[in-house]
Parts: sequence; structure tokens; C-alpha cells
Amino acid sequence: MDLFEYQARDLFAKHDVPVLAGEVIDTPEAAREVTERLGGRAVVKAQVKVGGRGKAGGVKLASDPADAVAKAEAILGMDIKGHTVHKVMLAQTADIVDEYYVSFLLDRTNRTFLAMASVEGGVDIEEVAATKPEALAKVAVDAVDGVTEAKAREIVEAAKFPAEIVDQVVAALQKLWDVFVKEDALLVEVNPLVKTGDGRIVALDGKVSLDANAEFRQPDHAALEDKAAADPLEAAAKAKNLNYVKLDGQVGIIGNGAGLVMSTLDVVAYAGEKHSGVKPANFLDIGGGASAEVMANGLEIILGDPDVRSVFVNVFGGITSCDAVANGIVQALELLKSKGEDVNKPLVVRLDGNNAELGRKILTDAAHPLVQQVDTMDGAADKAAELAAAK
Amino acid sequence: MAIFLTKESKVIVQGMTGSEGQKHTRRMLASGTNIVGGVNPRKAGTTVDFDGTEVPVFGGVKEAIEATGADVTVIFVPEKFTKSAVIEAIDAEIPLAVVITEGIAVHDTAEFWAYAGKKGNKTRIVGPNCPGLITPGQSNAGIIPADITNSGRIGLVSKSGTLTYQMMYELRDLGFSTCVGIGGDPIIGTTHIDALQAFEADPDTDLIVMIGEIGGDAEERAADFIKANVTKPVVGYVAGFTAPEGKTMGHAGAIVSGSSGTAQAKKEALEAAGVKVGKTPSETARLAREVLAG
Repeated sequence: MDLFEYQARDLFAKHDVPVLAGEVIDTPEAAREVTERLGGRAVVKAQVKVGGRGKAGGVKLASDPADAVAKAEAILGMDIKGHTVHKVMLAQTADIVDEYYVSFLLDRTNRTFLAMASVEGGVDIEEVAATKPEALAKVAVDAVDGVTEAKAREIVEAAKFPAEIVDQVVAALQKLWDVFVKEDALLVEVNPLVKTGDGRIVALDGKVSLDANAEFRQPDHAALEDKAAADPLEAAAKAKNLNYVKLDGQVGIIGNGAGLVMSTLDVVAYAGEKHSGVKPANFLDIGGGASAEVMANGLEIILGDPDVRSVFVNVFGGITSCDAVANGIVQALELLKSKGEDVNKPLVVRLDGNNAELGRKILTDAAHPLVQQVDTMDGAADKAAELAAAK
Repeated sequence: MAIFLTKESKVIVQGMTGSEGQKHTRRMLASGTNIVGGVNPRKAGTTVDFDGTEVPVFGGVKEAIEATGADVTVIFVPEKFTKSAVIEAIDAEIPLAVVITEGIAVHDTAEFWAYAGKKGNKTRIVGPNCPGLITPGQSNAGIIPADITNSGRIGLVSKSGTLTYQMMYELRDLGFSTCVGIGGDPIIGTTHIDALQAFEADPDTDLIVMIGEIGGDAEERAADFIKANVTKPVVGYVAGFTAPEGKTMGHAGAIVSGSSGTAQAKKEALEAAGVKVGKTPSETARLAREVLAG
């Protein structure tokens, strides 16, 4: 889960990383009082989860409280690369002398964590990495040892920070490591980390991404979720504990296992090339245990998607046997009917693996008018694409 | 011969007394796995009856090894306790630890992986968030259904569980030496490269099928490894060609960001290493048949 800048700032403050005072608002009028509290001047910053907001006009300096209201009004509601600005952060102004870059992240390739640091901050760091790789120091961090003072000094030395700020940056790195570990983050990035006119080191802008798998020990993280931005179908699926991602096609997909479902999306997209370019409408993994209830929940979400014109249920019976899946489909359709839902989209079902023949027989015997079976994944994908194209 | 797991393997189950652990211990026993014990400190000294087979429960991994000579552990404990279960297995220096549990926090995996390194990597870790591995007809450590296929001369390594089953099913008439599900998390123990290396050395494997998916650069690195070190034919499949950028597709590791990690990039890297890559699971199976037929 990626956080907004103000949420990252709050987490930094919680772990004693030096930050500037700041408050988030969602109406222009609120800017007056906040700016007064901040000393009469403020930087008004659009809160969007996308880079390049400065260039898009999403960051403005307000010289007094009335100006802050005007600037907040201009920025709220603005569209930045497809993201609507619903909130702005008002932050204390700072006299910036120099800008740096620091981050901690997961290094998948080396199966460890990585610290990156550069004295060339305040710009797109990917560009620095591409054009001046020697200016971006990369230091591996052992997950057991963490960022000790010695490790922080190693990072600072590798990036060649100026001598007069070394101690401050070393301290800031250790605090940022606390954020990274104690909040179960996958990324903690400060860009820019600045030196102010009075010689202080401050995290001016930050990006934090949190690990959803750590929710069991991070009860506070659920509140950080941006519920307003979630797709309504994705939100409904999440409430039912379904692993669902909305896509922009017309063939609804239900399968078991992340890899098989990804593969199903591909096979449907290939089939769609022959059927007026129809594409998969979603990713939905119902997991190993495809009970009738899970199947019903999944079908309900997918049939509720107005873009869906046909549904492809692709199950390989591994642990779960296909007869259980077939019963799940039959019961799910009955359940939806009894709830008064209008089930009128054709379903193509492919069952293979454990007890496939029994599962197919159950569906054949049930003879539901909307359900048809195809024995292979490729054939079923073709049929589902054909039905979506014909609708 | 096979790789990592044979009929000689003596298997213990950490979390055997939990519901998942019990269910799968029963299945592993039914497929002929030599299960010699379970681990649960609160139930040490008791036994669990699996359809007539009494399996003893030990207080710890070390104790279980001392009593039974176990050399494989399969870990089913809940995600909150998985890190300490794996660390216990590493401390006991068991040669193979198969971590089935899904939903483990990345910081926990990073920590036990770093810990394994500090202890000299005496324990091969498979997973986490994986279906385990099976050497058909000999032993089954994990949750891969044992009845899909039999022993044969194809080696399979895959990030995805159900695609492992699908590929075993597609090639069921030919059979497999060993099938290894390495898992799709951002950090995993055994990689494609480890399995490729072992299959290359295994006299019972003639052809290797590797299944990858979007995210990370494991497939690209496997391609480099194949070019330099693998003489046996390799057939590949990559899932996720149509996955949109920036969205997580089920597996925590399956997310495309930027230009690296895409299915297309992986396919190209593998093909450049001489690997025949299928567009779909069925096409991949067809390519494998063609290669084996010469």
C-alpha cells in the first residue's frame, strides 16, 4: 500500500525523523487557520500518489493566510496525471540550501534490503540512476543486523555527504530505518532530504509503501488506506476477502491460484484477438478451497460488473476436487437467484484435475441454461471470448 | 535419483497438529511420504493417528531430528509464527525446509533468509508461499496433489502452484523426475537457478520445464545461468503478459513496475538463452513433447 506524502510525514514524525510542521486539509477555507498556526506562510502541496506534481502546478508557496486559501482552492480538485486532488498539505516554509536523496527498499535480486543515497536530490532519482549512476550510492543492508550507526556512516560515506552534516544524516538514516522496520515498509524514500539555512537536516518530502502481509501486527495501517480512491468492485471484493483486480475488458474471469489466473488472462486476451478484441474484465483468484460460498461471492462481484458480457470459470482441481467446485457453481447460481439477482450472462466452465469427470457430470446434470462446459483451457477461453464478442 | 527429495527422505511437519497441517500430513502419508514426526511444543510426547499410522509429536525440530533422523521439514505454521519456525529449523541444521505458509511479511522472510546465510546456508529453504515439491512415486513434501502424474524424466520448477499442477496434468503421460514449486513471493529461498542446477546434475532428468511469472528479474537471471551452465533442453512459460502495470496480481511478487519484470522481457531473455517459450500452458506442453521426441 502506497501512502500519501502527509501520511509518510506523520510516520516520520512518529519515529523522530526531523520533518517540518504540516497539516492536511480538504477544503480551501481550512487553509487560513492552518497557515496562521504555521506562522503566516505555508507551502501548499497537492496530495496525490503520483510523481511530477510540482511541474503540474500542484505545489505553491502562499505568502499569507488569504493567499493560502486561494492557492488551496486552485489546487483542490486539480487533475494530476489522472489523479484528482482531494487533499492538500500545508507545510511550514523552509530556507533550502541543499537537496539530497535517501531511501531504504527491498532488493529482490539479492534477497536483502538496500540503502540508496545521493547528494543530488530534489530531482527524479531514476534519471540520476540512468545518467549519473556514480552519483547514486547503493549499500546492501543485512536484514538481521539492520542499520547500525556504523552502517549509516557507511551509507553516508558512500554517497559523499558534506562533512558538516554527516552526523545529522547518520542520525536521520537510523530513524528512517526505524520507520522501515517498525512499520513493515517495503519502501521508505526521502526526496528531497534538505539542509536548511540554519544548518538543519529535514525530510521535506517522503514516499512510503507498506507491506499488506504485515497487517496482523500493524493494526494502525488499515486506517491509512485510501478508501475513496478504491474501485467500488474492488472494495466490495476486498470486504469479502476476495483477491480481485478490476481490468478494462469484457470477459469476467474466475480461477484458482494466482499463476493460473494470470495465465487465464493471457489466454483470454489471445483468444480475444480473434473475437473483436475482447479482453479480460478482471483478475479473481478464489484460492485453493473453492467452496460454494466463495464461488457465489466471486460470481456476484463479477456479474455485478456492468462491463462483463461473459464469464470464464477456469479451475484446476488440486487440493479441491472438481465435484466440490461444480457443486459450488450450481449452488452459487441458485443462491444468487434466490437473492433476486438477475443472472443473465453466459458462463463457460473448464474443470480439470482432481475428480474432473464427476464435476463435469454435476454441471451436465444441473443443465443450467447459462452454463456451458469446454474441456480445455484454450477452447474455453475461445468460447468465452466469442460469447463476449457476440453480446 | 530426482532432486532435493527422494524415497529415503525422512520428513517432519512443523504445525502438524493444526487443521492444514493435519489435512496435508494425511495426504502426504497417503502418497507414500515417510513422515517420521510432527513438531508442537505444547503437544510433545503425544502421537497423532492418521488412518492407522501413529505419528509422534516432538517439542522441537532438534529433538525430532535426534529421535528420528529427519532430514526434511514441511512448515504449515500460521504466518505470525513462521519466522521463528524457520529459524528453529535453521538452528537445527535440517538439510531441507519447505515453507508452505502464505501471507508472510517480507521483513520476516528477509530476516530468516539473512539468518540462514549467517548460519552457513546448511538448510535449503523452499518457499515461502509455495506448494512444496514432489518426486512422484517416492516422496511428497507439501501440498502438490500426488495423483496427477507419475514418475518420468521431466524436471519442473515453477513460481506458481496451480500452474505447476496444470503443467503436470498437461504432461501426465510422460511423468516427472521432481516438481518444485518455489513460490511467488518477493523473497524466496530456492530459486529457478538452484533447481536448474540440480536438474542439470540429475541423471534421471532429460528435459527441464520452468514456469515464471511477472515481477522481479529471476527469470532473466535464470536465462543467463542456462546460457552458461545448462546443457539439457529447457522449455519455459511465463504468466502475466496482459497484467497491467502497478497492480499486484495475487502473488505478492507478481507486480509489474516499469519496463523490467514484464512477461515479454522474460520471454525474450529466455529465448535468447535457447529456451523454447510457450505462449500458453498447452503450447508449452507441446514444445516439451517436441523436444523430447527429438
